[in-house]
Amino acid sequence: MSDFLTSERLPGLIQAAYILAAILFILALGGLSKHETARRGNTFGMAGMGLALVATLVLAARNSEYGDQRPLAVTLVLIAVAMAVGAVIGAWRARTVEMTGMPELVAILHSFVGLAAVLVGFNSYLETSHGEGHLDGSLGTIHDVEVFLGVFIGAVTFTGSIVAYLKLSAMMKSTPLALPGRHLLYLAILVASALLLAWFVPVEGDLGLVPLIAMTALALLLGFHLVAAIGGGDMPVVVSMLNSYSGWAAAAAGFMLSNDLLIIVGSLVGSSGAILSYIMCKAMNRSFVSVIAGGFGSDGAVTGEARDYGEHREVQPDEVAELLADAKSVVITPGYGMAVAQAQYPVAEMTRKLREKGVEVRFGIHPVAGRLPGHMNVLLAEAKVPYDIVLEMDEINADFPETDVVLVIGANDTVNPAALEEPGSPIAGMPVLEVWHAKDVIVFKRSMATGYAGVQNPLFFKDNSRMLFGDAKDRVEDIVRALG
Amino acid sequence: MRIGIPRESRPGETLVAATTVTAAQLVALGYDVVVESGAGVAADQTDAAFIEAGIRVADADEVWASDIVIKVNAPDADEIWRLQQGATIISLMAPGRSPKLIEQLQAQRVTALAMDAVPRISRAQAMDVLSSMANVAGYRAVIEAAHEFGRQFTGQVTAAGKVPPARVFVVGAGVAGLAAIGAAGSMGAVVRAFDVRPEVAEQVASMGGEFVTLNDPAMEAAASSDGYAKEMTAEQEAATAAMYDEEARNADIVITTALIPGRPAPQLITAETIAQMKTGSVIVDMAAANGGNVALTQADERVVTDNLVTILGYTDLASRLAAQTSQLYGTNVVNLFKLLTPGKDGQLVLNHDDVVQRGITVTQDGESLWPPPPVPVSAGPAAAAPVARPEPVEKKPVDPSRKLVAAALGAVLFALAAAYAPPDFLGHFTVFALAIFVGYYVISNVAHALHTPLMAETNAISGIILVGGILQVGSDNLAVTVLALVAVLVASINIFGGFLVTARMLQMFRKD
Repeated sequence: MSDFLTSERLPGLIQAAYILAAILFILALGGLSKHETARRGNTFGMAGMGLALVATLVLAARNSEYGDQRPLAVTLVLIAVAMAVGAVIGAWRARTVEMTGMPELVAILHSFVGLAAVLVGFNSYLETSHGEGHLDGSLGTIHDVEVFLGVFIGAVTFTGSIVAYLKLSAMMKSTPLALPGRHLLYLAILVASALLLAWFVPVEGDLGLVPLIAMTALALLLGFHLVAAIGGGDMPVVVSMLNSYSGWAAAAAGFMLSNDLLIIVGSLVGSSGAILSYIMCKAMNRSFVSVIAGGFGSDGAVTGEARDYGEHREVQPDEVAELLADAKSVVITPGYGMAVAQAQYPVAEMTRKLREKGVEVRFGIHPVAGRLPGHMNVLLAEAKVPYDIVLEMDEINADFPETDVVLVIGANDTVNPAALEEPGSPIAGMPVLEVWHAKDVIVFKRSMATGYAGVQNPLFFKDNSRMLFGDAKDRVEDIVRALG
Repeated sequence: MRIGIPRESRPGETLVAATTVTAAQLVALGYDVVVESGAGVAADQTDAAFIEAGIRVADADEVWASDIVIKVNAPDADEIWRLQQGATIISLMAPGRSPKLIEQLQAQRVTALAMDAVPRISRAQAMDVLSSMANVAGYRAVIEAAHEFGRQFTGQVTAAGKVPPARVFVVGAGVAGLAAIGAAGSMGAVVRAFDVRPEVAEQVASMGGEFVTLNDPAMEAAASSDGYAKEMTAEQEAATAAMYDEEARNADIVITTALIPGRPAPQLITAETIAQMKTGSVIVDMAAANGGNVALTQADERVVTDNLVTILGYTDLASRLAAQTSQLYGTNVVNLFKLLTPGKDGQLVLNHDDVVQRGITVTQDGESLWPPPPVPVSAGPAAAAPVARPEPVEKKPVDPSRKLVAAALGAVLFALAAAYAPPDFLGHFTVFALAIFVGYYVISNVAHALHTPLMAETNAISGIILVGGILQVGSDNLAVTVLALVAVLVASINIFGGFLVTARMLQMFRKD
């Protein structure tokens, strides 16, 4: 055993395993970009992770063989116990989470990566600041900077994700919290952190912990306020942005530990998260910087003036059922309201019944519908709606003029004609589902309240739209019953 | 009242002011219609066909003695003299350029209505003969050009080699120009078009042409308020001259339609430009009747220059499709009579409070009413609306050269930093930089529906930070060990939770 661990060939073997694992991770992400290859991609990811873990355990064993540390067996047992506990918790959460609660789960998982990055950063500093791991000269400086950066990003990710989790699970108000002069505050925190870095680098020994801890506190504060200042409507962007941060935190950890696998994986996740956020921002016609730096609609004055939009008209479920049964083509545009009401199952049932009657039913999904990118797709998939009738906004927008009935279920801002028609509107310029071109539009809504952007929706008052008030799930079930 | 349809006296004229169909429609409005024998032959409207449609065919004297006479071309002196006093004559008249005609009409004490003076408002479109005829003429201009042009319009790749498509340049995107663009485009040519009114670019594009733009803000001033193009100012002309020269020399076919109401047509294609054009090129000058847009045009003539460029100055393009043009002209006349015959009783009533009726009236019972008060056109763009629209803050595109400088500066700085950095660090940095780009390209075309699983997956993968924790557990520092164990624990939650939840989601996606 110890021959194997001290063999000169071992570092090469471990490196090979790392490279293989990195390739598997790339294949995993690549596979997840298409439905056909997605499951295989996930398998690749698991395989890569397994390989990386085994290689790392061997490396840890080899290190303890060389070092004058505690016995190998103890170390391994400790690791095994910690991992087992984590695995049980993780598996339990993954199995029991409701699909509507997916955004919360993803957000809280991000916070774990952030926390781990902070801890690993501290450890790395503690290890190198005493003992034989100490580095001199420029290598030492670089290492210090890496630790500092890693901890900073990790801390921002940690509190940011926790706030996102709290907001998504409605334990915190989703309205943006805007402290006066928050941009100055951000700037001050960044400057202060830079000063702390200048203090931190030349200091030897435990004294370096003081600036490190001070900076960590500042970064935690920054992460907290960064996300607290962003409104609920921008949550999809925030979650994907935090995803990106968690990647960068891992990459920073890779630098400080001189571990290429961590660097590769970290930057893969970091850049992919950034791309996702960018795609999402484009879908909302917002600049990436403005989403991160300020809450939705909180900068500009919201034009909430009491304007006369006219009368809205109500409709009853059985009338909607008749309308649907007579229609040739129906498009359903769901929003967060469908997730809140857990209406995806009755919606799927209604879809099935209508398709049996020969009605063409399709779904139009706005890129930022829901609280997580692709949220609606997951919910519809959960309810067994075939994914080939679930279309993106760009694919379906041209078809609305030929559509007989559009059912707007719990969506508001994503179907708001004001985005295109009123240059003064806070959501002006955002691409929306142009449902009002259809012959009839039925809007499922709990009340006449505004959406997340706080903008009134002229759609509700158009001649061809009617309101179906009440809980989306109950109303859809009524329709299913009426369809017989 | 009796309506007379005489035979056109202009030599070579093929049109007739009423076809069997439109004459019957006039009868339905209560009029008694007589057609001069042989009037419609050249437009495929034989006497027999008129008789079959219930229309009386008579000799010229009876026709000219009618209460109302409808013609296509303006009546000449002899014809005016044949009219009864107090009769009504309806035809094209170009009253703005024909003061002598107005005098003669006054002398005969008749009422004259000019079909070509219909104001360009939406309501009057059904009577707008200029549009009807320009439409036909634009189409025919392309046919004439194709006839003269020694090659096909369409581009093809054949076993005998590649044939490039003909390049057609249309000047003036009025009705005639747009019709020409459409006709040339449907024959397979590549069509470019220019008009001094930049707002018609959209119409050009809708007909399949490409609008030639001039980067000259002065051009905007040329937008007119009466729906017709205006003559350009001197400096605008200078700016466009170069463009005309270049476009014409690149084109195989040039079709010019530029007209300015009440003035001679502007000369746009110079003799020098023509001398530079390719051998075999064809120019159709649709403005030939008004002096022509092309230097060497001779009205109604086919001119071949020394460098074998053919210039067609035909002014009767619409007449070359006689049956169709007559039908359209006749329908315009019927629409006018619907307006003029409110009682549908065969009694013509002129109401000068109506801008359309006032606009076309040149003389009434010997009194000159020309010119009518101007009519603002609805079709024009609502130029410079007084609404103070907040000027959109113009985002200046970053100067590409500045970007380049920034990139170069960054590269230099990085090179300097790299020169002083230890090789170990550089190795890691290489990996880092490459991995970022791999991530970018792997993710950029992900299906939208898979964003959530993808995020869960990347989240699981970023649990790789566990590796860092595992390596630190073995430390002899107890604090380090404890912190590392916590890191291992939370990272494990991430890994197992992330992978399992991804698998669970992917399980759900299915296809019918």
